[in-house]
Amino acid sequence: MERIIYRELKSTPKVWGLLAVLAVFIAAAGAVVLYVEHYGHIVTGMDNQIVWGLPHVFAIFLIVAASGALNVASIGSVFGKVAYKPMARLSALLAIALLVGGLAVLVLDLGRPDRLIVTMTNFNFTSIFTWNILLYTGFMVIVAVYLFTQMARGLPSYAVKTAGLAAFIWRLILTTGTGSIFGWLVARQAYDAAIMAPLFIVMSFATGMAIFLLVVMGITRMTGRAFGPELRTRLARLLAIFIAALLYFTTVQHLTNLYAAEHWGIEAFILRDGGIYTFLFWGVQVLMGGFVPMAILFHPRLGKQAAMVVLSSFLVIAGGFAQLYVIVIGGQAYPLDIFPGYEISSSFADGVINSYTPSILELILGLGGVALALAITMIGMKFLRILPNSLSDANVTPKI
Amino acid sequence: MKRLFIATLVLFGLAVGMTYAASVYPEIPKATGEPHPEGNEYWRINHMDLLRHDRDLTVRDGIRDTDASLAGCVTCHAVNGSDGQPVTFKSEDYFCRVCHDYVAVRIDCFQCHNSIPPKMDKASLMYKGKTETFEVLLAYIEGLSK
Amino acid sequence: MNIPDLKLKGAEIHRRDVLKGGAALATITLAPGVTLMAMGNGVAAAANPGVRWGLLIDAGKCPSDCSACVTACSDEHGWENNGLPTDPQWIRKVTLRDKETGYENTLPVMCQHCENPPCVDVCPTGASFKREDGIVLVDRHTCIGCRYCMMACPFKARSFLAESITDQKPYSPRGKGTVEGCNMCVHKLDRGDGTTACVEACKATGYNAMIFGDMNDPESDISKALASYPSIELRADLGLNLGVRYQNI
Repeated sequence: MERIIYRELKSTPKVWGLLAVLAVFIAAAGAVVLYVEHYGHIVTGMDNQIVWGLPHVFAIFLIVAASGALNVASIGSVFGKVAYKPMARLSALLAIALLVGGLAVLVLDLGRPDRLIVTMTNFNFTSIFTWNILLYTGFMVIVAVYLFTQMARGLPSYAVKTAGLAAFIWRLILTTGTGSIFGWLVARQAYDAAIMAPLFIVMSFATGMAIFLLVVMGITRMTGRAFGPELRTRLARLLAIFIAALLYFTTVQHLTNLYAAEHWGIEAFILRDGGIYTFLFWGVQVLMGGFVPMAILFHPRLGKQAAMVVLSSFLVIAGGFAQLYVIVIGGQAYPLDIFPGYEISSSFADGVINSYTPSILELILGLGGVALALAITMIGMKFLRILPNSLSDANVTPKI
Repeated sequence: MKRLFIATLVLFGLAVGMTYAASVYPEIPKATGEPHPEGNEYWRINHMDLLRHDRDLTVRDGIRDTDASLAGCVTCHAVNGSDGQPVTFKSEDYFCRVCHDYVAVRIDCFQCHNSIPPKMDKASLMYKGKTETFEVLLAYIEGLSK
Repeated sequence: MNIPDLKLKGAEIHRRDVLKGGAALATITLAPGVTLMAMGNGVAAAANPGVRWGLLIDAGKCPSDCSACVTACSDEHGWENNGLPTDPQWIRKVTLRDKETGYENTLPVMCQHCENPPCVDVCPTGASFKREDGIVLVDRHTCIGCRYCMMACPFKARSFLAESITDQKPYSPRGKGTVEGCNMCVHKLDRGDGTTACVEACKATGYNAMIFGDMNDPESDISKALASYPSIELRADLGLNLGVRYQNI
């Protein structure tokens, strides 16, 4: 068995080049923030019907994925799988980075981003948003401590295990909080369901694992460090199981709604008549982001090919993104049922399906959040001993 | 001798500095209406606390007859432009901006609040409360004639 | 230079808090140079926990071609609806058509001033709040523009101001990046008008489809009407106990 040696990334043109590209995206997002703050949200595609738009899809996607990126570290520390431990540092760093990226998008899309301090001085503890502010900041602190316990010398082994367990429990609560943003909305037909919290947790498992796989494959390739095919296949198999679980929860969510006549309207909209949302649900979320990658990854031969794992991971990310788009935007596109039993119309778009076309500004802001998350990961790996010299299969403990 | 020279130099520097400082120190526009009984210094130091306290009373508890109301501030402290009309917060001559620009402290009151004195229509006369109406009217006329 | 007080004096804050007590005050000298003036109506009109302001709307008396209440609100508070999806609408006329029978009628919908408002529950900063007298409001001083209240409102009563505006009404401040909605004309209630712009306008048309008043006072017009005729609240299934009630839907 090889000894695991963690090393900072070397200063290669590739590393700096990638950081430069990411910096361009971040700068563009910064410019968008200033532009929108000056002119107001009138320049975006969001309005009084679709109040949360593409930036929120990006933000929630990143926040959900952040919790999932911790999977690998948790499996190592909490469930004692030795093979995963060399990747635990990267897993923790990526979790923090994705959360920061997501929060940045969320915060910079506020109507008054200049008043961010108010969220720290005025708390309303009946709001799940308030709890999320504490959960998100707490997550960063706990995972940072967890990362420290892994990197510090001379700490007893239970320190890592305890910090790992705390981080694991915290991230389950955190994603429960994120799901409950929608689960606790009684007003809208598409939300108001307890399954939102576990659905979001399983979504975090799948999307977080897909992002982790892409990052670890990308960075080992870029730096010429080994990433053993056996290790990769294990992670990929795990991803396939998470996809299956996500499909299961999605099925239960819709079956439950289909049983109650009250929800037939919203279900018919999402599953049959919703145009873009129906396409995103069946085409991208279920087929391309669900069954196709699951079939590839469970396939005895295809699932072992690096290119197929990369493809599947991208598909899962696309599927998770589509799923959030359908939940966030599709849920708002369907009108509020203020007068059950009546067809209603008004000057304020009552009773009609609301349309939404995201502006390029919102896309740039969202991509800026992704770039920020990746840049933080890169900088972390560049200056800290995060990534092992080798993740070869020599370190994968033989199956007992 | 050397000391004397340095002292002279320092004095000269101070004199120049003070002249310069006096010229850039903001010229605070004169207000109309009754002067503050607590004195101007008190208000210069405490205006934000007084406003913040009273804004919460008004918004949260519906108490409108507070001592410090923004509409009252902008009425007495209105600055007229070249057209004889009160200038808005957009103008550098606006009362609040004279000092706030000087000390580079951004205020966002006027993103929501109107920065010019309330128009004297029926609603705002009632809004000011009957006892004060006449004084406000006088202050307003005074402001116009300025 | 003589600086009298660096810190806010306790008495300064206190004499304002005294007003909450609801007692009518004469001129009192609290400290040298600090004089408290008599505050008559201001005290009486402040948000009173014994009061629950409410509206009763008779859809049977609300003609489909009348929108006087909407115009009055727009004039009173200075919002403009030019037909854009980003334009705010504090109150709107909704047309209802029975899916089975085809029967149509219209009625105004605005903030329903819930006793248990979802917008207040979800607001992270407490900017969305309920006054002691039951009016649900946005405190724009602490609103960060997250729009979660708009997601949570079952009645689509809130709008987000997506662009800069000027020339606001002095009694109804509004600004870019914050959320707004019907405030039951708090400025009118606080000065003792005892009615709202929309109800005044409805009266002026002669249709008299709206009654405003204190739902806690059994002698008020609204309480008497509610006690004598059947009425409903929207989305009663949500159990929010609304301050706006409807008849003859």
